[in-house]
Amino acid sequence: MNIIVPVKLVPDLVEELTIDSSGKALDTSWLRLILNEFDDHAIEQAILLKERIGGQVTIVAPDVEGIDDVLYTTVAKGADRLIKLVGDFAGGFNNHALARVFSAVIKELQPDLLLTGVQAHNDLDGSVGPLLAEQLGMPYIGYVAGVTLTDGNVIARKEYPGGLIAEMEVTLPAVLGIQAAQQPPRYIAVSKVRQAMKTATIEEQTAAELDPTGGLTIGRMFQPEAGAQATMITGEVNEIAARLVSFFKELGIL
Amino acid sequence: MNQDIYVIVEHLRGQVADISYVMLAAARLLAQGTGGKVVAVILGHNAREQVVGLGADQVLYLDHPSLAEFTSDAYLKALAGLISENAPRVVLLGHTSVGMDVASGLSVRLSLPLVSQCRSVSTDNSLLKFISQICGGKIMAEGVLPVPTALMTMVPGGFKPEHGWSAQPPEVTPVTVPTMEGLRVTLKQYVEPEAGDVDISKEQILVSVGRGIQNQDNLELAQELADALGAVMCASRPVVDQGWLPTTRLVGKSGKSVKPKVYLALGISGAPEHVEGITGSDVIIAVNTDPAAPIFDVARYGVEMDMLDLLPVLTEQVRQATGG
Amino acid sequence: MATIAFSQSPSFSKTFYSSLYKVIEGERIQTCLQCGMCSGVCPFGYLMDFPPGRMIAELRANTFDRVIKADTVWMCVSCYACTEVCPAKIPLTPGLMTRAKEELLMAGNIPSELQNALENSQRYNNPLGESPRKRADWAKGIEPEVKILGKTKQPVDVLWFIGDYPSYHPRVRSATRALAQVFNALGVDFGILGPEENSDGDSQRLAGEHGLFEVLAEKNGRAFGKYQFNEIVTTDPHAFNALKNEYPALGISYPVRHFTQFLAERLDQLKPILKQEVKARVTYHDPCYLGRANGVYDEPRALLKAIPGVELEEMSHNRNTSLCCGGGGGGMWLDGFQWEKAHVRLSEWRVREAVTTGASILVVACPYESPRFEDAAKMVQQAGQLAVKDIAELLVMAMGD
Repeated sequence: MNIIVPVKLVPDLVEELTIDSSGKALDTSWLRLILNEFDDHAIEQAILLKERIGGQVTIVAPDVEGIDDVLYTTVAKGADRLIKLVGDFAGGFNNHALARVFSAVIKELQPDLLLTGVQAHNDLDGSVGPLLAEQLGMPYIGYVAGVTLTDGNVIARKEYPGGLIAEMEVTLPAVLGIQAAQQPPRYIAVSKVRQAMKTATIEEQTAAELDPTGGLTIGRMFQPEAGAQATMITGEVNEIAARLVSFFKELGIL
Repeated sequence: MNQDIYVIVEHLRGQVADISYVMLAAARLLAQGTGGKVVAVILGHNAREQVVGLGADQVLYLDHPSLAEFTSDAYLKALAGLISENAPRVVLLGHTSVGMDVASGLSVRLSLPLVSQCRSVSTDNSLLKFISQICGGKIMAEGVLPVPTALMTMVPGGFKPEHGWSAQPPEVTPVTVPTMEGLRVTLKQYVEPEAGDVDISKEQILVSVGRGIQNQDNLELAQELADALGAVMCASRPVVDQGWLPTTRLVGKSGKSVKPKVYLALGISGAPEHVEGITGSDVIIAVNTDPAAPIFDVARYGVEMDMLDLLPVLTEQVRQATGG
Repeated sequence: MATIAFSQSPSFSKTFYSSLYKVIEGERIQTCLQCGMCSGVCPFGYLMDFPPGRMIAELRANTFDRVIKADTVWMCVSCYACTEVCPAKIPLTPGLMTRAKEELLMAGNIPSELQNALENSQRYNNPLGESPRKRADWAKGIEPEVKILGKTKQPVDVLWFIGDYPSYHPRVRSATRALAQVFNALGVDFGILGPEENSDGDSQRLAGEHGLFEVLAEKNGRAFGKYQFNEIVTTDPHAFNALKNEYPALGISYPVRHFTQFLAERLDQLKPILKQEVKARVTYHDPCYLGRANGVYDEPRALLKAIPGVELEEMSHNRNTSLCCGGGGGGMWLDGFQWEKAHVRLSEWRVREAVTTGASILVVACPYESPRFEDAAKMVQQAGQLAVKDIAELLVMAMGD
């Protein structure tokens, strides 16, 4: 089975995020990038499938700072092929543009199955997975937390709130948006990654020109008012309970 | 030009999801700006009774056997036909397991702009504006919804569901569904969650207890609140160490990281080893007798009182609000 | 007739066995008497499927892969108790337990909490997952200002290596600030690396991640190489151990001491400023990596005796028989795993011992200890009045500010 995992790096939320001077985008000077957590799960799910039924796992990623380390780590886990797309990513790109760049490359690779993270925290214009699926003319199922294979068809376990699962059968080739791999992403010893750096190669391919059509223009980006300390609710116990109940309603849980 | 605002209603096994009402409330605001109608779109099979309570001016009802349960392919096909035919001003979908499966596909299939993680909308003269919340809630992005048609996926929090509810049933217009041949996704079956212990990291509302619970008997008070809220109980280390709750309910460095909408921290001091597990929560509400407890540094709301005094009163009020 | 379990790969046991000879004095393992003292003194030995003595037995029987398949090696807290008592002087902790953890880690058999700490160490240069940029935030507001070498670019006498928990953990930061106060009162000319400092890597090394340890050590080595200083003083016994005993093999070699040794040498200057009486019975916990691993027992005690009013009472396990707090060898990040197996915490045993001495203060000298013992004190019934203080905090109390 030919499995492809397109991945992207996103801002690391451990660092403080700031807005740049234009007021419309994140300041990249102190920005650290980290692999999208859900893409990490997609990689794990792909490796698990390969271990179960055999095949080849190819990781495809845009060339941004820190991507090489990420790619070598996937090889140490069991990925077979690494493709880095070289292009003008420094200026920023939205998911529509990234999906187009992926689709141009992936079309040629004739995959059976594409696994990618169901979403990323910085998604402002849809998610890469379903955008890519439609561009490739493939069906898409998102929020997948389990993948099995029967007679050339894939059964995806799709998650709904409350733990309800819907088992969906999909014809291949297809794209699955992974919510959680069937086991948490495995740990890889640093020495194994360093070993992979010596033996694995990252293929470079030129990315098609970035076309962001389909995303919206951001007029303004800002940080919500930080409430450093909790807003204390005071009063007599019945009043406090009533305030809490109205917060619950506002938050959509009552 | 069509100025109507479409809301794609989400329903699962006979229940309309709350997000649908949130979207209807948002749609009402947008419709006031455009002068168009709020149109609820329901896809299903023999599902007309879902229209009850929808705060819409009109319901477009698409009935087809392959729409009986949600599948991405069938919904995408039906909606693509409807939207390209009618060209509404805005289409709202939920930022959910349902909405997110089709929104991006619609954007590409129909070449329509799409904005995600929208929390709120507003009107500014003739402009329709959105505010999206990204990066774990740390960044807000604001912009204008372009003409003639824009797609949006919405998250809860910006509008109250009751503002999307109406006692007046809207007019229902059946819409013919195009042929649904060549569908590539089929639902085989639903699988209920296992009867074994819950996975607290997947829960939306958590009632968490710490040393303030004082003894095992008092756990019942917290459980009653959890039941009333439809929430799950969890705890910080001292409670689990005593064996009063299983380790599957432990939150923190040695336990689970949780990311609920609401985390109720009752009698929990907020030591770093615990806080580490709750930073993914949307809202933390803390109750503690100690005003200097570090939990108040990470909570949105705080109450300085004994949780044991608050619990029975709060549980009763929650029960009244949910009608038993 | 009982079936004998055949090892899947007899050569694995042999390969592993001979790899142990590479550890300093590792070949002593050939002289193991199977006396069982190691397994007996090990605080969690009773819970391990394969305590140290049995591990060696399995090695000799060529069935070591059974040990790797079980996961009880993760109960080891690298406290050196076994190494201390071994009559054949086998370096059990570095030469067997750490190597076994390395094999488990390579096989991917590792509890998730530990995985988190290791991944954080790689990404953020500290196991807590805090931003490297904030590593010197603990020093804000201290007068005179703490010198960050990257900014001041001047030579200093002492490079003070702070450590992860002393930099980031809210409870431990108070001890760090206290130590800064003591240094300033003594006029010590010190500087810190600040955001350029990385985890010393020793606990990660002991948890089986030698590759990660090397990466961290190399980063620290490059940072040290940029500045001029006469010696390194560490807050943390683990950093002391790494810098003294492990870094030189990587070509990074500097004179290094733990702060208790540094201060003990300056008792003449210190005594006059300890004017405030601290009237209390205290007991001192010997950290594993200061005591057993490096033989530093007297200097911390000398500091305590210099404080007027302090009455030092030893616990029944002290000096080289000290009971581990459970934080070492990755234990800091194995609490969940170890709790599941043991339902008891080593730190609670130690707190009970402290209570028995009648002391009102348990004095510590390692950053893992104050949060661990304070946590444990909440669970031990008679420990309600027991305060946990770092030596530096006690010195500041005696300085009377």
